[in-house]
Formats: sequence, C-alpha cells, structure tokens
Amino acid sequence: MDAHATPAASVRHGPPTGPMRWLTTTNHKDIGTLYLWFAATMFLIGGLMAMLIRAELFQPGLQIVQPELFNQLTTLHGLIMIFGVIMPAFTGFANWQVPLMIGAPDMAFPRMNNWSFWLLPVAGGLLVGSMLLPGGGVAGGWTMYPPLFLQGGISYDLTIFAIHIMGASSIMGAINIATTILNMRAPGMTLMRMPLFVWTWLITAYLLIAVMPVLAGAVTMLLTDRNFGTHFFSAAGGGDPVMFQHIFWFFGHPEVYILILPAFGIISTVIPTFSRKPLFGYASMVYATASIAILSFMVWAHHMFTVGMPAAAQLFFMYATLLIAVPTGVKVFNWVATMWQGSISFETAMLFAIAFVCLFTIGGFSGLVLAMAPVDIQLHDTYYVVAHFHYVLVTGALFSIFAGIYYWLPKWTGHRVDETWGRWHFWLSAISVNLLFFPMHFLGLAGMPRRIPDYALQFADFNRIASIGGFVFGASQILLLIVILKCIRGGEKAPARAWEGAEGLEWTVASPAPYHTFVQPPEVK
Amino acid sequence: MPRPRAIGAFIAAWLSLSAPLVRADWRLNLPAPKSEMAARIYDIHTLILLVCLAIFVVVFGAMFYALFRHRKSAGHAARHFHENTSVEVIWTVIPFLILIGMAWPATKAVLDQKDTANPDLTVKVTGYQWKWEYDYLQDGVKFMSVLATPREQIENKAAKGKNYLLEVDEPLVVPVGKKVRILLTSNDVIHAWWVQELGVKQDAIPGFIRDTWFRADEIGTYRGQCAELCGKDHGFMPIVVEVKSEADYQAWLAGRKARLALAAADADKVFGVDELKARGEKIYAANCAACHQADGKGLPGVFPGLAGSRVATGPAAAHIDLVLRGKDGTAMAAYKDQLNDADLAAVLTYERTAWGNAADAVQPAHVKARRD
Ligand code: HEC
Ligand code: HEM
Ligand SMILES: [Cu+2]
Ligand SMILES: [Cu+2]
Repeated sequence: MDAHATPAASVRHGPPTGPMRWLTTTNHKDIGTLYLWFAATMFLIGGLMAMLIRAELFQPGLQIVQPELFNQLTTLHGLIMIFGVIMPAFTGFANWQVPLMIGAPDMAFPRMNNWSFWLLPVAGGLLVGSMLLPGGGVAGGWTMYPPLFLQGGISYDLTIFAIHIMGASSIMGAINIATTILNMRAPGMTLMRMPLFVWTWLITAYLLIAVMPVLAGAVTMLLTDRNFGTHFFSAAGGGDPVMFQHIFWFFGHPEVYILILPAFGIISTVIPTFSRKPLFGYASMVYATASIAILSFMVWAHHMFTVGMPAAAQLFFMYATLLIAVPTGVKVFNWVATMWQGSISFETAMLFAIAFVCLFTIGGFSGLVLAMAPVDIQLHDTYYVVAHFHYVLVTGALFSIFAGIYYWLPKWTGHRVDETWGRWHFWLSAISVNLLFFPMHFLGLAGMPRRIPDYALQFADFNRIASIGGFVFGASQILLLIVILKCIRGGEKAPARAWEGAEGLEWTVASPAPYHTFVQPPEVK
Repeated sequence: MPRPRAIGAFIAAWLSLSAPLVRADWRLNLPAPKSEMAARIYDIHTLILLVCLAIFVVVFGAMFYALFRHRKSAGHAARHFHENTSVEVIWTVIPFLILIGMAWPATKAVLDQKDTANPDLTVKVTGYQWKWEYDYLQDGVKFMSVLATPREQIENKAAKGKNYLLEVDEPLVVPVGKKVRILLTSNDVIHAWWVQELGVKQDAIPGFIRDTWFRADEIGTYRGQCAELCGKDHGFMPIVVEVKSEADYQAWLAGRKARLALAAADADKVFGVDELKARGEKIYAANCAACHQADGKGLPGVFPGLAGSRVATGPAAAHIDLVLRGKDGTAMAAYKDQLNDADLAAVLTYERTAWGNAADAVQPAHVKARRD
C-alpha cells in the first residue's frame, strides 16, 4: 500500500477559522468531529435523564419526580440515546474513517454532508426543548404507540417533526456513505478487500435507506390522526392501533441492527490490531453481516408476541428470530478465533473490544430467551427486556464507540491516548455497567414491569444496586471526557501508524490526519 | 468540623430509610408457577438458560484462555492463520441444530397457549386509564378493580404495606382448576393484563377483542400489573386474582348478585345532598382524582381543574352529558358504561359542591333522563 498525502494541498486549502469553519465546512473530518461532539452532548443530556430515572427508582415510593415527568424522562432518554447518540456517533466514525480507509479524498457529496449534520441540532433542540412547553414533553414511550400517543399535547407534534428531520438527516448521510463506498474506493480496493468497518457501514446505509422512510410514514400517520381527522390507528374510524406496531417494528428491528452493525465493524478492526493477527473469517464476516441485515426485515413481530397474533404468525416470527442468532454467533466465534494464537496486548481500545464480545453476547443470549414466544409472554415489557437491550446497546454499541474513540484518537489528534486514565475509565465502566444492568434480569424475571416510576417492595434491593451502578457508570464517563480533552490538547506525539499491529490506509497518512488526504488516490495492491 | 458528622448522618439516614424495605427477596428467577402453562414456560426458560450457559462457558473459556496464554507480554508470537472452512461450517451448523432443539417445546407451548376453546368460565376484562373492569358474561356480574394502596404510602407519608402497589379494592375471583377464558379489550389506550404466576399476558386493544386463558392449579391470591405503558398511572393499575374453591366461588358470586340488586334499587331513589356528597367523594377518589387531582385543581396544561370549572359549576345537563359521553380525542373517557346512575349522580354532586363550587345537586333520575 502506498499513500500520497500531499502536504501542498493542505496548505492551499486550510480550514477557515472561527465558528464559520464549523457552520460551512464540507470537510469530512470536520463533519465527523461535529457528529462526534453532537453525540457527546446528547449523551450528557440523555445520561442526566437516566440519572434522574435511577434516582427515582432508588427506593419505592415517589420521591423526586412525579409519574408525568418520569414518563417524559424515559421517553426522551430512549429517543435521545438512539437517535441522538448512537446513530450520530457511528455517522461521525463513518465520516472520519470511511474516506481514510478506502483512500478517498472526501465524501461523495460534501455539501449534502454539511446539511445532514446541521439538521441534527435542530431536531435535538426540538426534542429537548419541547419539555418546556405547557403539558410537558413527549411521554408516550420511544415506541410512540397509539392511541396513547394520540392523547398528548403539542410536544408530541414537535417530536414527530423532530423525527422527520432526523430521518432526513440519516437518509442523506446514508446515501452519502453508500455512494462514497461504491464509487470512490482507491484503485485496487475491490469490495472483498474493503476493511470490515466499511462493509458494515455499506450494509447499514442500505438498511437506513430502506427503513427510515417507513418510520417517517408511521409518524406521519400519527400526525394526521392527531391533527387532521384520519383514523389510521383508531378502531372507531376503521383503523387499527396494532397496525402502527407492525409498521413501527418493521422499521424498528432493522433499526436495532443499524445500531449494532457499525459496532461489529469497529470491533472487527480493533481486535485484529491488538491480537497482531488478521481477522479470522473475513468472508464469513461479510456474509454474516449481510444475512443479519436481510433477516432483520423478517423478525419485526417478535416485539409483538403479546398483541394476540395467530399461532402461525407467532411461530413464523419465533423461528425467524432464532435464525438470526446463527450469523450473530458466527461473528462472536470469529472474534474469539482472531484472538486465538495471537500476540495480544491490552490497550484501552482492546479492553473495550474484549468487554464488547463478552457482554454483547450476554445480550444476544437474553435475546434468544426473549425470542421463545411462550417465554416472552412472561418477559415482554418487563425489566428483563430493559436488561436485554441495554446489554446490546450500552455494552454493545456504546462500548464499541468507546473502543473506536480510543483506537482512532491518535489519528484524529496526533497524540497518544493516556492509557492510565483510559484503564480507569474502562474498569470503572465495565464493573458499574454490570452492576447497573445485570440485576435487571432478575427484576424482570421476578415480575417488575418496565416504564414504571414506583414499584412493589420485593423489587427494592436489586433496584437499589442498579441505581448505585448507574450513578457510578454515569460519573465514570467524566473520565472519558478528560481523556479526550487531554488527547486533543497534547501528549506524546503519535506516529502515522499509531498502533504496532494496525493495518489499513488510514495508518499511512500522518497523525493527525492532514486536513486533505488522498488527493492523489493511493494504490492498493 | 461538621464534615464527618454530616456524612455519618447521611449514612444513618440512608440506612434508616432502607430499613423498612428489607423484605429481602433477592428472587433470581421466575416465581413458582401456579398453572400448567406457567410451569411449562418455567421449564422452557430453564432449558434455554442452561444451553446458553453451556455455550457461554465453552466460548468464553476459549477466549479467556487465549487472553491469558496468547498474550504479547507472555512472549507469545502471533500465528497468521485467518480461515478454516470446516471449522466455520461446524460452528454454523451446530448452533442451528441447537436452535431447532429449543424451538420444539416452545412450538408446542405456543399452540396450547392459543387454544382458548371450551372454557368453563368466560370473563371479559376491559382496561381503562387506570383500572380494570371485570365482566362475568354468563352471570351478569360486572365491577371495577382499582388500586387500593393509599396515596399517603405512595407519597412516603405512611409506612408501606406488605402488598404495596399490588393490592386492589375488588379482585377478580375465579374457581380453582377451571379453564378461565379472558376476553380482553380496552376503553382508551393499550394496556396489558398480566399475572405471572398463572402464565398469562395479553394486550388489551381498544376497539378489538383478544382472548387468552388460564387454569389455576392452587387456591390463593395472585398478583400482577399492567404491562403496557398506558400513560401517567401505568405503574398504578395492578391486577389481583383470587382463586377460590368451587363452593367459595359460588358463595362469592351470590353475594355479588345481591349487591347488584341493591344498586339497581338505588337508581329510583332520591338522596339527600350530604349522602350524595359522601358517596361521591369515594367515587371521585377512585375514578377521577388520578387526573383531576384530589384537590380538584387538575394538572395545568394536561388535565383541567374542576374547582371553579365552568362545566362543573354550570348547568347540570351539560355537566352530566360530558361525564356520560366523555370528550373524543382527549383522555376524558365516557363514564356511561362504567358507573351506574346513582354513582354518577353522587360524583357529579360532589364535583358541583366541593372545593368551593356551589352548584345544585344531581339525582339519579336526572342522569337516567340524559342517557341516550
Ligand atoms: C384519564 C384522565 C381523566 C379521568 C380519569 C377523568 N377525566 Fe375528566 N377530563 C379529563 C380531560 C383531559 C379533560 C379535558 C377535556 C377537554 O379537552 O375538554 C376532562 C374534562 C372534564 C370535565 C370538564 C372540565 C372543564 O372545565 O372543561 C369534567 C366535568 C370532568 N372531566 C369530569 C370528570 C369526572 C366526573 C371524572 C370521574 C368520573 C373524570 N373527569 C375523570 C381527563 C380525565
Ligand atoms: C441474537 C440476537 C437478538 C435477538 C434474538 C433479539 C431478540 C429480541 C426480542 C425477542 C425482543 C423483544 C422483547 C420484548 O419486547 O418482549 C428484543 C427487544 C429489543 N432488542 Fe433485541 N435481539 C437481539 C439482538 C439485538 C441487538 C443487536 C440490538 C441492538 C443493538 C437489540 C435491541 C433491542 C431493543 C432496543 C429491544 C427493545 C425494544 C423496545 O421494546 O423498546 N437486540 N430483542
Ligand atoms: Cu427486534
Ligand atoms: Cu399500563
């Protein structure tokens, strides 16, 4: 591999200075940075909401928030974490890394790229700001089921609007990423030679383009039911509330894979680096990702086993869901095989990657338990489900984001990460996150419903443990912020190849990556 | 130096707060099943859990072995293999076979769960924001079931009882060993009727009727909760099922029917205002206070206050109509099928005379006249 980073170009087109740089930028690295800081900000807001939720649930009885506010907090926490944190963070990674990994000078549509980003703060502002309106923020759950969602006030309409904006942003981002990957690869980089992170994002982009319009359609129907007298979801007018759930989850299940496929990509990059060994089963990883994506369109109703579907439908969705576990398993086996016989070292990025493999699998197992329709009858809408999706989303998606940050920070900032602070961040997070979410399995099995502000006495002990875990986990994230700020402001200089075992085009350009890279395409041999 | 003492006081306060809660259950698993279906679910769950545990131990045993033995710091050099078709085929096929093994008992359970034919007793259950209505279709007995935990316990002004948040005024009563078919629907938003020990959960969908069934194996009291977010008081609409012997069940049914006959007689009576107010206060607390609040002030921006409300202090006819028919597209439900004439007259009178309101009383006959 050979890179022609041309320093001359970066002198001629240096970034403009001041706030206009960020407002008008079309540079993929700047936009990647914006996405990542936006995600960090929303993580702070969504995280503070979670702290309030855990504080209220610290003991039985109503103490600090009343039920109305509690429901707003859970709803906004869910919407913010999914649409404001995980998705923008992955898009930030894609913006920074995809051009660098495929040897492209920038994204395919740089101006649209700017627009996709700047829509996000608008949507985020609408969501969070609507809490201040009379009647309070949206409180119908992130799943927005009617008829409950039809009862709310003006903030519900603003939420629909915000989702439309975020959807437009995601679709534009996805089209941009897919086009970049398909058209702008360096000569010699065939599809089956692309880094796995690029593969997972290509597939994610297609998922986004396929399902974001479905979500937009669903919320538009909510909007017209609320304001223009239609009856899509009301039986009185010939509609059906359950139809919303079908449409929502036809979006929603692929969405959960939108939230995890890029994570698979990051982990498949980090583990080989620190095992000093190529990824095991590259081709089967690609096929597994693709089959997960296809299957994800056929399992949506596993979220609806209790709505009263006919037995045949229940069985179909149960079998299809079980099937998804096969390619997911293949991925886990491949990661373990990559570590096997490697020469492993434990930098913070690798620690998070190892924790990901282990803890994401726990989430996969609880997914299997939930996939058994009769068992789901007992566990649906309980804390067991809360445990399941936090294991896949927090110790899954979020931990992969942490791993990615620790892994690529040297490339982004030009400085090595402070591993001591990083380790503290890792160990505190890894221990507290289990304290936070593992007891929720027990709570769900014992019968505690989700989305309740107060609970019966037998649930008190595990809730207290979960809350303590939650506070520690929340506080630990301050360490991450410190690590990032330290790394931006200084530290040991990182060489172009910041990690001994790192492979790929991004490590052939200087650290920090110059403002313009690969103005001349590199040759991939 | 007040610091250490402040911390000490904080810890002491914390411990004392927790002290009354130590009814430590530390329950790790599903509750002991009290119906055949719950028992089967329990067994399927145990089976899957063990399979997952076994896979976890094997896979992560291998991973931690590698992490330990194949460390760089232990001087291990990497071996550069990256493919092995036969291994990859094996670890695709074996999980597939395991999954088929797990799907088998689950399939049988799904088919039986769906088999609601030939019940011994059918009860129609309707979800309301935030209470349940039980309608014994064969016997014409019908009543509401509302949270019985006093507000003071929820607001931490009184010690919490043993069944905090899991107690109702009128439980569902069924005979032991009989197949009970539950027909579920809802009056407003989606709720879910869930009793874990009996192995039933089914969503209640407004405008549609869904069914499920259970057969309780043992006499006893079983508690559950609404399992679908249904608004503000979703956490406060429990379900209690009392399973009685056949004889006790029949006695209970007879008592219920007698009460119905008494209530029917009320509809033609004329009551004194104080009598109506006293009765109305209770009905208000059980049916209306969740939204309009006990002090009649409502929640600004969400639920209007009734103290000084133009409707509640205006002409009786409009007030009666509003409560009978509700208001479409808002959380204000129609009460014509929920409350009888005497109860409606009582609650209306209460609203018209409480919190400084000074409108005229309403008699059951007025309500009756404005039905349909
Ligand atoms: C689920 C919440 C809820 C419950 C329970 C409820 N209401 Fe209401 N009520 C409302 C809402 C919301 C409105 C406002 C409707 C509108 O937008 O006009 C309302 C309006 C009213 C009004 C008109 C007030 C005015 O000034 O416009 C009266 C009277 C009333 N309710 C009486 C009752 C009575 C009597 C009960 C109990 C039997 C009851 N409500 C139970 C939500 C509720
Ligand atoms: C082996 C793979 C998986 C299986 C078999 C599986 C199965 C399930 C099932 C059956 C449910 C419904 C539970 C219920 O509501 O009763 C569920 C819920 C959920 N899953 Fe998964 N899952 C898997 C992986 C994932 C992944 C990778 C993610 C996201 C990264 C994810 C995110 C979620 C979320 C967010 C919910 C809850 C949605 C809600 O009700 O709010 N799952 N899963
Ligand atoms: Cu799903
Ligand atoms: Cu509910």
